[in-house]
Amino acid sequence: MLKRVYDGSVDYMQIMDEKGNVDQILIPKELDDNKILDMYKWMSFARALDAKALSLQRQGRAVTYAPLVGEEATQIGSALAMGPNDFFVPNFRQHGVFLVRGLPLDAFFVYWKGYEEGSTIGKGVNAVPYIVPVATQMPHAAGIAFAQKYRNTGSTVVAYVGDGGTSEGNFYEAINFAGVMKAPLVSIIENNGWAISEPRSKQSITSTLAQKAIAAGIPAIQVDGNDVLAVYKATKDAITNSKNGPTVIECLTYRMSMHTTADDPTKYRSDADVDAWKARDPILRVRMYLNNKGLWDDSKESAMADAQLKQIDDAVEKAEAFKADPKSMFENLYSYMPDILKEEMDDAVAAGFWQQ
Amino acid sequence: MMTNMVGALNNALDLILKENNDAVILGEDVGKDGGVFRVTDGLYDKYGDSRVIDTPLSEAGIIGTSIGMALAGMHPIAEVQFAGFMYLAFDQLVNHAARYRSRTRSTKSIPMIVRTPVSGGVRTLEHHSDSPEVYYSHVGGLIVVEPSNPYDAKGLMIRASHMNDPVIFLEPTKLYRLFKQEVPENVYEVPIGKANVVKPGDDLTIITWGTMVPVVKNAVDKKGTNAEIIDVRTINPLDEATILESVKKTGRAMIVHEAQLSFGAGAEISARIAEKAIFELDAPIIRVASDSLPYPYPGYEQYYIPNESKVSQAIDKIMSE
Repeated sequence: MLKRVYDGSVDYMQIMDEKGNVDQILIPKELDDNKILDMYKWMSFARALDAKALSLQRQGRAVTYAPLVGEEATQIGSALAMGPNDFFVPNFRQHGVFLVRGLPLDAFFVYWKGYEEGSTIGKGVNAVPYIVPVATQMPHAAGIAFAQKYRNTGSTVVAYVGDGGTSEGNFYEAINFAGVMKAPLVSIIENNGWAISEPRSKQSITSTLAQKAIAAGIPAIQVDGNDVLAVYKATKDAITNSKNGPTVIECLTYRMSMHTTADDPTKYRSDADVDAWKARDPILRVRMYLNNKGLWDDSKESAMADAQLKQIDDAVEKAEAFKADPKSMFENLYSYMPDILKEEMDDAVAAGFWQQ
Repeated sequence: MMTNMVGALNNALDLILKENNDAVILGEDVGKDGGVFRVTDGLYDKYGDSRVIDTPLSEAGIIGTSIGMALAGMHPIAEVQFAGFMYLAFDQLVNHAARYRSRTRSTKSIPMIVRTPVSGGVRTLEHHSDSPEVYYSHVGGLIVVEPSNPYDAKGLMIRASHMNDPVIFLEPTKLYRLFKQEVPENVYEVPIGKANVVKPGDDLTIITWGTMVPVVKNAVDKKGTNAEIIDVRTINPLDEATILESVKKTGRAMIVHEAQLSFGAGAEISARIAEKAIFELDAPIIRVASDSLPYPYPGYEQYYIPNESKVSQAIDKIMSE
């Protein structure tokens, strides 16, 4: 006997195309022009914040930084779809999500100056700090999601992982756990086409990354990750459905810049690779839409940019005033101070090692 | 040729690939990119993508697959981009690479090199600066090597490629480009399991490795202490004989490493000296190491890593006993 026991498929969704045309059937009802304008402003803010962090790094005022430029729609669309009590689990590039979710901007800059004090997140921001080891955050997200269900909070967890991250066992383990536990987890694959120098094709021979969800038995969708409307709708739908279990959303976007400031993309990709994505810019298409509707012009643009830059500069100034306290390394290691550790700390103070 | 550690390692890998058709390099970004530190630069163009393999992003996959290749007669040279990411492959190393030989009473072995950048001092992101030598040394069955200069880096790498064992090859990021040295262009070996007396002396033995070798050298030079400096080079199995011989001569022992103090390799070395030479000591053994906490984010690393002044104070202390 031979019979087919499983068929799987993955849908692709785009709502706003590269010219700013909107699919009137797919667009969620709540997304009126004011909301779309909001999305535009948040994406622009994220790009401005990113540019500032990059420039600080280039001036030696920040540590190695992972730019988000090009990935604004994936981050802002999904962040705006979250409810106030939903929980967010990043990797190391979701600055735009943090921005929307209310991370104090000075904390952002303190983190990228190289201090753990920037990872304190802030009250009311339901998130864990940046997670650097690739995909290791995903099982945490599944656990946080299980806890929401167990404690009946009604909150959903939205977690982010890159295209490279889907090659890690942790990614599959997390979505599989969430599936078995019917945990309210939305896993967003921020597929920006590159894992440092390795193109998406080196990660998997699957035609989509979303289809990896099929192996965990959970629903998945692939969206135009540079279309903020499609990312919003996919995330919103997945959150709404999360009481029934997890979803995977693959957002097709593009890393327009380097992996981090320590990376030199000219070593492995050509300008032509990048140019092809310039016309698909996530902000540009919304600007076209707003222009066509007569809702935006250059003076509004520059007023917005000035206001955003002011907020950013104020935050940088506040972060620059941050003073490191080496004792904090010792005082935050355990829930109590072991005598043996206190002795090390006291010895370091007495010897004057921190004064140099 | 005059070269830094990156150049010396690159040259060693080139010679290994040339010499042994069963040797392959695999890891993340080792191909076109030449590795994030450029240690494999140019080898992809020279040997092709079947021998210099850009793998999917999975540390457990890289190491586990390498173990399989080794079991089937190849000699894989795996790169894990940073030591802080290698914990994802810890099971493969501890449960498998370390044990295949003993489990099969030497009918199977794992000829494999796992290269990874270690230690800090270069203001990297979180999880990019760990000094994990003791994790891999503790299990038994894994050879753990850490060069402190270009000459040793090349010779130890070539030696590792000629051995029929899993070798964890730790490369201090800070020393990659810190200085150049004359390195022979031909194939040569530096013995594994043999410490190097970097500087002979009579009054004090300082045992160290990796990033701390130049720190100790500078501190000793500035003070003019008549110290014998030993670069262990191989953390496991340790060259106990060279250490004991020196300590018996000088009567004073100090161990300096960048890894955390508590349960570090310094404790092992100290215990061996205490067990076998305590009556020859004129002063208590001193360990100088990082504080007993995980490597901090770079804003704090200057307060954490042992520096010349910390070593210098320890020298004053031990010499005053």
